[in-house]
Amino acid sequence: MNFPVTVTVTLREGIADPEGATIERALPALGFEGVTHVRAGKSFHMMIDAVDEAGALEKATALAQRLLSNPVIENSSARVGDSAWGVA
Amino acid sequence: MTKIGVVIFPGSNCEYDALSAMTTLGAEADFIWHSTETIEGYDGIILPGGFAHGDYLRPGALARFSPVMGAIADFAKAGGAVLGICNGFQVLTEAGLLPGALQKNRGLTFLCQPTTLIVASTRSVLTRGAVKGQELSIPINHFSGAYTCDDATYEQLIENDQVVLRYKDNPNGSRDDIAGVSNVEGNVVGLMPHPERAMSTLLGSDDGRVLLEGFLRALVSAA
Repeated sequence: MNFPVTVTVTLREGIADPEGATIERALPALGFEGVTHVRAGKSFHMMIDAVDEAGALEKATALAQRLLSNPVIENSSARVGDSAWGVA
Repeated sequence: MTKIGVVIFPGSNCEYDALSAMTTLGAEADFIWHSTETIEGYDGIILPGGFAHGDYLRPGALARFSPVMGAIADFAKAGGAVLGICNGFQVLTEAGLLPGALQKNRGLTFLCQPTTLIVASTRSVLTRGAVKGQELSIPINHFSGAYTCDDATYEQLIENDQVVLRYKDNPNGSRDDIAGVSNVEGNVVGLMPHPERAMSTLLGSDDGRVLLEGFLRALVSAA
């Protein structure tokens, strides 16, 4: 069975995030007040063939740690459903 | 004669500069395509600058899975000298052959400028011919050059004398002004600045020779 999966990668806490900081500084000028703790990251969307949801999640978590993120500076999380390709 | 292999990934763009620097200094050098699975007959390996695999995902993230990287890891573990310049440094950190990671520059701008480096350790294969505290003018050319690592790794770097070069005026937000690091043994070195672009005073500086001549001499004495 094919499961839609989303993997999100963000910088680890304590790692400087110049992109997030720049976005945060730009927001008040556009009239968006009260927005803090902005962190920039990436999201990846994919379909994963697995016997069940847990199997898809296991595969997604493994590939996120091996390739999609650099664990030295980034965290990754995977979830099934609600990807760009559909909703489980 | 000392023989150097310069690895080409799809998207490398400093391979000819690196090759030319090596032959100018009297070494034999040739290219190694990234899909090569074995490397033999080399005294040293250079991973040049550029944008391997388009820098997609992260700089070095995909290059680390190129077939040649397995052979380079074996070569390094056996004590072989491996030098990563700019993108090559990023590849070596992604491959786990050097500690830490390179992040986007503070200020989010691509930096292409001369920098003054200070030799922090002469224990590495790249800095053996230099003097501790010596200042070298060598250019940088990168977007993701801010060296970063966690506190435990940083303490290890200091304890083991693995910080090889520091910036005099930190241009990119690197932790502790770090411009280059080595592994514990000192045979694997990575740096963001481009010594192969500082080979002639006609082009601004020949301070790169201090590093690259020392690199070649270190290989001769190791052989």
